[in-house]
Amino acid sequence: MVRFIATKLMYVLLTLFLLATVTFFMMKAIPGDPFMGEKKLPPAIYNNMIAKYGFDQPVWKQYLTYMNNLLHLDLGESMKSANRTVNNIIQNSFPNSAKLGLVAIIVSVIVGIALGVIAALYHRGLIDALATIVAVLGVSIPSFVLAPLMQYFFAVKLGWFHVAGLKEPLDYVMPVIALSALPIAFIARLTRSNMVEVMNSDYIKTAKSKGLSKAIIINRHALRNAILPVVTYLGPMTANIVTGSVVIEKIFGIAGIGKYFVESVSNRDYTLIMGLTLFYAFILIMARFLTDIAYAAIDPRIKLNSRGGGS
Amino acid sequence: MKSDNKLRNSSIGQTNAQPLLEVEDLHVSFDVRGGEVQAVRGVNMVINKGEVVGIVGESGCGKSVTAQTLMRLIPSPPSRVKKGSIRFAGEDVLKKSEKEMQQLRGGRMGMIFQDPMTSLNPTMTVGRQITENLIRHRNMSMKEAHKRGVEMLNLVGIPLAETRMKQYPHEFSGGMRQRVMIAIALACDPELLIADEPTTALDVTIQAQILEVMKELRNRLNTSIMLITHDLGIVADVCDKVIVMYAGQVAETGTVHEIFNNPKHPYTQGLLESIPRLDDDKSQPLVPIPGTPPDLIKPPTGCAFAARCKYTMDICTRVDPGLFECSSTQSARCWLNHEMAKEVHA
Repeated sequence: MVRFIATKLMYVLLTLFLLATVTFFMMKAIPGDPFMGEKKLPPAIYNNMIAKYGFDQPVWKQYLTYMNNLLHLDLGESMKSANRTVNNIIQNSFPNSAKLGLVAIIVSVIVGIALGVIAALYHRGLIDALATIVAVLGVSIPSFVLAPLMQYFFAVKLGWFHVAGLKEPLDYVMPVIALSALPIAFIARLTRSNMVEVMNSDYIKTAKSKGLSKAIIINRHALRNAILPVVTYLGPMTANIVTGSVVIEKIFGIAGIGKYFVESVSNRDYTLIMGLTLFYAFILIMARFLTDIAYAAIDPRIKLNSRGGGS
Repeated sequence: MKSDNKLRNSSIGQTNAQPLLEVEDLHVSFDVRGGEVQAVRGVNMVINKGEVVGIVGESGCGKSVTAQTLMRLIPSPPSRVKKGSIRFAGEDVLKKSEKEMQQLRGGRMGMIFQDPMTSLNPTMTVGRQITENLIRHRNMSMKEAHKRGVEMLNLVGIPLAETRMKQYPHEFSGGMRQRVMIAIALACDPELLIADEPTTALDVTIQAQILEVMKELRNRLNTSIMLITHDLGIVADVCDKVIVMYAGQVAETGTVHEIFNNPKHPYTQGLLESIPRLDDDKSQPLVPIPGTPPDLIKPPTGCAFAARCKYTMDICTRVDPGLFECSSTQSARCWLNHEMAKEVHA
């Protein structure tokens, strides 16, 4: 286990290094720089700015400087928001995104699995059909359509929630629904098909022949086997929710990290682009890593060895 | 305690034998899109205490359906018991509630399935899979159940039982898994063990070991065993009584001796002739029974075997023969056993 984690961490660092390198040079390939706004700066000031941030030096030198700072966990200073470092921006905005994302992930997993199990147990019945409809709707309606619709009906028309913001617990309802609709649908479908298969398997027949009650058969014998593929999906799902939140945060006016991500690119705010890309990458890699561990914890046939694992 | 030998003799067809399981005129059907598949069509059987009864017949003849219906394991729908009764130790199984059935399953009836590779839960330790049975039916504590589990693994010949309890099914070989299945099925000392082709998925040497384990356990615990198989060799080796099934009906039943030495049904004769023998002339092809079993959505009138039988008479395709008693222990569903057909048979 310790060896597994150690090797895994090596891979994480390697991935981050490669990512930083590729992003850095791709970013430099974008024409223009942070100080080319709509209003042209006087040449003297412009040149001073360029010199201050070291953009007059060769690209490889800039790269080395950046990597050196990165080694000290210094992501640099934002070039657009005056006096704010990238570390600062992440510290202030990430907690909002994280809270929302975490709630959405938990809701997705619980509701998704519950829907899937219920649909499987009433296989081909009315409840199964309803669950399937929910799943199809969830998959086919994009969150940027669902979110404004909810805002219109539940906030503007019915006045149940605030249109935007994230101050009270109730404010979470709409953004969480918007974020988790797709994962819920996906998990429900996955769980349902696996559960149907597992319930027809030989070892469930064995469990029945032991005289166990239906509840025990489902909870102890079927569920654990049926949710294995769901665990595999958790990694990509985290990615979906994290990236999906860029749009949702914008719609619900939440001061999360997504907003900065979009703006940083259009502003060519080099340090912010780099910093946020690396930060997202780190979160996603960590999600994969946790998925691997969870997988091994649930399925004894999977052994964590130093070579194994998905990512 | 009587000796094993005495038990063995007393249980065969004698009046003092106590019936444990009595199946009477059992009809089981499956409702499918094309209609109703009549998988079991009027099966009668008696299994006495301590008796090993073999059920043979080709695939789809209703062996497994009968067995699983005894424990009410087949989901309904699509299956349904149309007619008949199943009495286990004097109680009507078909009238029991689901709760009462749960008491029966695992506690008083155990079952072993065909494929040991898939019949154990891959995500639970073997120990847990044995002990949950005991905790449920014998009200044992974790600790007692564990002790009993180790005992059971020892009993079925699994070495290092204490370590093995903590392992998962994928760490066991096929034969070892089937031993685990036997240990699970027998953990609560059931009165009846239903073994549905317990050795089909195993290679021959392991087969012999598993059968040895079952025989030994029968002798030691006096469990009745219902052994479903295609393999007549196994029947000859292990069973006291044989039931030959064809197209959802009992074609012939008798003691092992009667069935092997004096089969009264052409189907049984065909089965016996189709067994390859070591001393056969190798240039001779195997002797199959020509044709295929009838479609059970529309079972034929008359004898179900008539279309494949080499002795088919006029009456065979028109009237179902019913079971003819050939001795106090043997009966066959064939017109050839009618008085008027005696000379044809000879």
